[in-house]
Amino acid sequence: MPSKSLKIIVCIKQVPAVPDMKIDPATNTLVREGVPCILNPWDKIGVEEGIRLREKYGGEVTVITMGPPQVKQAILECLAMGADRGVILSDRAFAGADTITTAYTLSVQIKKMRYDIIICGRWSMDAETGHVGPHLAELLGIPQICYVKKVDVDIDGTRVTAHREVEKGVEIIEAPLPVLLTVMKDLNEPRIPTLKGIIDSRRKEIRVINSSELGGDMNKYGLKGSPTCVKKVFPPTLRKPKMILQGDPKEVVESLVQILLRERII
Amino acid sequence: MWGDTIKEITDLSSYKGVWVFAEQRDRRLKNIGLELLSVGRRLADKLKEDLVAVLLGDEVDEFVDELSAYGADKVILVENELLKRYTLDAYVKVLAELSLKYKPSILLIGGTLEGRELAPRLAARLGTGINSDCTDFDIDEEGYLVQIKPFGKLMAEILCRTRPQMATAKPNIFKKLEQDRSRKATVVREEVNISPEEIRTKVIKVIEKTNNPYENIENAEKIVAGGRGLGSKENFKLIYELADVVGAAVAGTRSVVDRGWLSAKQQVGQSGKIVAPKLYIAVGLSGGAYHKVGMQNSEVIVAINKDPVAPILQMATYGVVGDLFKIIPLLIEKLKNSLTFKEGNRKYDEKRS
Ligand SMILES: Cc1cc2nc3c(=O)[nH]c(=O)nc-3n(C[C@H](O)[C@H](O)[C@H](O)COP(=O)(O)OP(=O)(O)OC[C@H]3O[C@@H](n4cnc5c(N)ncnc54)[C@H](O)[C@@H]3O)c2cc1C
Ligand SMILES: Nc1ncnc2c1ncn2[C@@H]1O[C@H](COP(=O)(O)O)[C@@H](O)[C@H]1O
Repeated sequence: MPSKSLKIIVCIKQVPAVPDMKIDPATNTLVREGVPCILNPWDKIGVEEGIRLREKYGGEVTVITMGPPQVKQAILECLAMGADRGVILSDRAFAGADTITTAYTLSVQIKKMRYDIIICGRWSMDAETGHVGPHLAELLGIPQICYVKKVDVDIDGTRVTAHREVEKGVEIIEAPLPVLLTVMKDLNEPRIPTLKGIIDSRRKEIRVINSSELGGDMNKYGLKGSPTCVKKVFPPTLRKPKMILQGDPKEVVESLVQILLRERII
Repeated sequence: MWGDTIKEITDLSSYKGVWVFAEQRDRRLKNIGLELLSVGRRLADKLKEDLVAVLLGDEVDEFVDELSAYGADKVILVENELLKRYTLDAYVKVLAELSLKYKPSILLIGGTLEGRELAPRLAARLGTGINSDCTDFDIDEEGYLVQIKPFGKLMAEILCRTRPQMATAKPNIFKKLEQDRSRKATVVREEVNISPEEIRTKVIKVIEKTNNPYENIENAEKIVAGGRGLGSKENFKLIYELADVVGAAVAGTRSVVDRGWLSAKQQVGQSGKIVAPKLYIAVGLSGGAYHKVGMQNSEVIVAINKDPVAPILQMATYGVVGDLFKIIPLLIEKLKNSLTFKEGNRKYDEKRS
């Protein structure tokens, strides 16, 4: 058992549940309103791992997110799983943020908090950049371990040992606390909230923080503060189809195989 | 911090040159760096600026010739014992110091697992924006880097107003240039101060993975890929069977990987692997933009889909409109007969073992 209790922060994000998102033609950003949303699957793994670490070593788990008011739903889900409290950074000024701007916004709040371990998802389902974790670790000046598949805290609560995916296979790596981890899907199997968990979650604290309360540099928030922007969208160009076969399956297969053999494709 | 940097950059023209991070591992230069030199060459020519390869390691100057043969005008070389193996802290530190000193306009990094953790951390240190997994680049009229990647059902052009303009791109997106051994890059050697204490993570052990030939899709000459149209994990046995007959690896879409029907290593597309086999057989997959970028450079695409307006049929070399559950079993049977004749199976088994 580590000698001190762990302060764990899990960064979570709500994402559109659909595989292909709609784009707002005015701003070239993702349409998030009116779309069914879920807790980003990798972040659910992160929350589960945070809770497991707390159960094993003692401490507390705070979930934090930046997003529109409806993200409360995702926070409630984490609290029902067993996280201790939630923080929502929500303000019109934060909308349209790119990854570095999102990480900056989170970092302003996290710098005011105490933490030993910060957990992010390997990436979020709607963008799959995986940038926010490493950005955040840098802005906080702490080490990072990405692509974590297993994690342990050492006996005196000062270091973590993690198994992480690398190209060659798996690397076992050690880092001092505080540390930021990004987690893979095979790290754990997230629990399903119990009825008691759901009832308890209603009594847990959720802080909603706007930009004036958050402070920080207003020039670095939202669409305005983002260094990158989508200038233009256009339909993908398709190669020209050469031949379409349809009709009786037997005949179609017959012709296809003939062509493949004749053209020496197989 | 970038808010401040934006204001500082009143003169974007002080940022010059296209940089490519030349990844090396285990005494070998990785292909990804050479591939990025190819697109970097195009960008540098358009800008009329230098193409610079940045090489970190220990005793790696033997790679300089290769980097110039593949297009670099200049190689910045940093050799240090502590750079022998990749570590995030040391590599970020060195790349950040070099960037601050030389002010490149563009910095491209391979979208490998390591590149994908290094690049965003470096971007935050430099206070600049970054894009992941771009599928193409260009230069616009004002000299900005245009970063292209899929976005929803469309493609997006993304610009960055801070410098350097940073992006990652996956292996296999760009083709290496033909080697030109007569090219000679200028070599700049740089010293950096790093101490072991600055490397905060310590690698204790590496467990190497074993390869499953079905999953080795990046090097396969033939691939059979399945999509959500297969309907279940069990039905993928049809795909494996077809793959056995033609001697192919097995791949799929994100939808099927998310459902656990295939392993993540088998995903083709924006967030999976980029492949360019001689033959890509697409079965029951729609061919959305995110999937397309991963397989559009296949030589021959055969698509089987029951929806006549599915995008995959609009790009296939040979498109078959029909129910895969009727077509594939017939195709397997027909091919078995024809190929036994050609002894295709045996050849494939040899290649696989
Ligand atoms: C950030 C991001 C990254 C992404 N990255 C990737 C990626 O790397 N790779 C990837 O593939 N996707 C990726 N996607 C998802 C991608 O946009 C598509 O949603 C996905 O590729 C669709 O998978 P599919 O073709 O299997 O399924 P669908 O789009 O549902 O297509 C199924 C197809 O099967 C056909 N079909 C159904 N039944 C039959 C039958 N009996 N016989 C014949 N045909 C049949 C249907 O007509 C349909 O065309 C990404 C999405 C996002 C947002
Ligand atoms: N708006 C956000 N609020 C909180 N955490 C976020 C947000 N966006 C991204 N993250 C975290 O960063 C991870 C990677 O996201 P991304 O860089 O968008 O792929 C996610 O899995 C989350 O843990």
